[in-house]
Amino acid sequence: MHMADALLSPAVGGTMWAASAGTIAYCSAKVKRDLDDRKVPLMGVLGAFLFAAQMINFSIPGTGSSGHLGGGLLLAILLGPHAAFLTIASVLLVQALFFADGGLLALGCNIFNMGFFPAFVVYPLVYRNLMGTRPSRSRETWVTVFCAMIGLQLGPLAVVLETVASGIAELPFETFLLLMLPIHLAIGLVEGVVTSAIVSFVRKARPELLEPAAAASFATWSLRRVLVGFLLLAVATGGVVSAFASKDPDGLEWAIARITGGSELQPRGPLHQTLARLQGKVVLFPDYDFPKSASKTEPAAPAKVEHSLPVHSGTSLAGMVGSLVVLLLVVLSGLILKKRNLRKVYGIH
Amino acid sequence: MASIDAALLDFQRLDRLAAGSSALHRLDPRAKVLVVLVFLVSVISFGRYQLSALLPFFVFPAVLIGCADLPAGYLARKVALVCPFALVVGIFNPLVDTEIMVHLGPVAISGGWLSCASILVRALLTVSAALILVATTGFPAICRALEQLGMPKVFAVQLLFLYRYLFVLAEEGGRAARARELRSFGNKGQGMASYSSLIGSLLLKTWQRAERIHMAMLARGFTGAFQVRQHYRFGRPEFLYLCSWSALFVLLRLFNPAELFGAFLTGLFS
Repeated sequence: MHMADALLSPAVGGTMWAASAGTIAYCSAKVKRDLDDRKVPLMGVLGAFLFAAQMINFSIPGTGSSGHLGGGLLLAILLGPHAAFLTIASVLLVQALFFADGGLLALGCNIFNMGFFPAFVVYPLVYRNLMGTRPSRSRETWVTVFCAMIGLQLGPLAVVLETVASGIAELPFETFLLLMLPIHLAIGLVEGVVTSAIVSFVRKARPELLEPAAAASFATWSLRRVLVGFLLLAVATGGVVSAFASKDPDGLEWAIARITGGSELQPRGPLHQTLARLQGKVVLFPDYDFPKSASKTEPAAPAKVEHSLPVHSGTSLAGMVGSLVVLLLVVLSGLILKKRNLRKVYGIH
Repeated sequence: MASIDAALLDFQRLDRLAAGSSALHRLDPRAKVLVVLVFLVSVISFGRYQLSALLPFFVFPAVLIGCADLPAGYLARKVALVCPFALVVGIFNPLVDTEIMVHLGPVAISGGWLSCASILVRALLTVSAALILVATTGFPAICRALEQLGMPKVFAVQLLFLYRYLFVLAEEGGRAARARELRSFGNKGQGMASYSSLIGSLLLKTWQRAERIHMAMLARGFTGAFQVRQHYRFGRPEFLYLCSWSALFVLLRLFNPAELFGAFLTGLFS
């Protein structure tokens, strides 16, 4: 699931770098403020542990293949989201530098895909809510498995989105998604089983280790802030992705638009179009014979581009409206969950 | 279990390269980190059908390997091991994009093959740049450079802890895995049940070790930051290094020397 630099465009890589760097800064401030400094060495050493654990394989029953731990959800359960995010990020940085597992520019993507989703989406929003205060053993198992599977669907989904948005690889969105998601459903199942086994081992041997993370700073986790963040994120992705998606389906058309229009992925209105045309005129491709192949299909290309402009803004609008509706649903379900939680808390006290 | 030991040895070898004493090793790490970033951004920013314009960028890894006296074969092997991962996705390009773009005499090359080759070249360039950065700088120095460039201190300290205990824990994990392997003839007993308790005990041991480490460090006056033995200064050599490489990358990004040279040669003969 590590993304490589070679498949990334600077726009996508830079955006994800900014997102990950911002989250790291936020988490560092949070860890510094909230936790005793004992946690920092613990995080580092647990990161080293994750490294060691990932080197050890186990055989998966009935398949003849072997797997290893991913560990994102495990760290979130052990350390709480902020510390877990930092630990995952540092493991990924070491992997990128020493094993060239995922590139340095792709590091932002990788940290986000493998750190943000388990630590800030799955753990606080799904795991904590489903787990309740005093879970039975079977509940603990299935919730952990379920959460690991969600995390390992969100991550690959983001990988597909980032790769397709970069436009270096040409695998169509749907095909890529169909390749990635089913495989990761199986991986997520295995990851969940292993994670829940390790958690229950720790609970049996040293239950006090699991207490601080469960109690840590989650009273102050404001649902409102999460939702505002998601609102912004969803509107942004809805706008960007749908503008792009409507342009994507016809591979040939896409290629032609690229040849005449440079290398950016979203059309940004008339200014960008003229700039692109200008760039198309200025840049020479004698090596690759581009002007010739472009002129072969010239009659279709300009018409297409002009046509697609209003369509694009239309679908962007639809994307934003759609994401607003979805968000409304999410807010509602969140409120319902929160209400249920409150009732549970008051029922216990 | 050869694989864990081998991975560890490989890791240590790369780590030891940073102890070299070339002029490149002595530069302030910040300059090296920034130059690699400029390099990566310029390589990545090419359009997906660009191939010839990417090739001149190999000058960067080549010069660095030469200057810092790094083992080229070892690095090439490491790079070659990683590239297939990028190609797994890139190999679909020829299937999707079959429009002919280049005619080399009678051979017609489709855009898909062109972009696939471009992905391969990008992978070679970016991976080698990252490895060379570690080999000439070393992980602790990179961390310090990133911290000076604005990375939060908590994150930097935690990264340094991770790095220090990585070898210890990997060896411990390797020993545990070897013991399990010796007790499980024909791989029975390597299933999830024994795996989870093995990892669980490794986790508990790690946790206790972390507590001991922290107490020992407190006893020795740890204040939350690592002390540095070697102080770097961003002086004139660093400034020159950063500026000259950046200027070269920008030039290579704007003009395509491979193409210009090719045009010149073909013009000479026609």
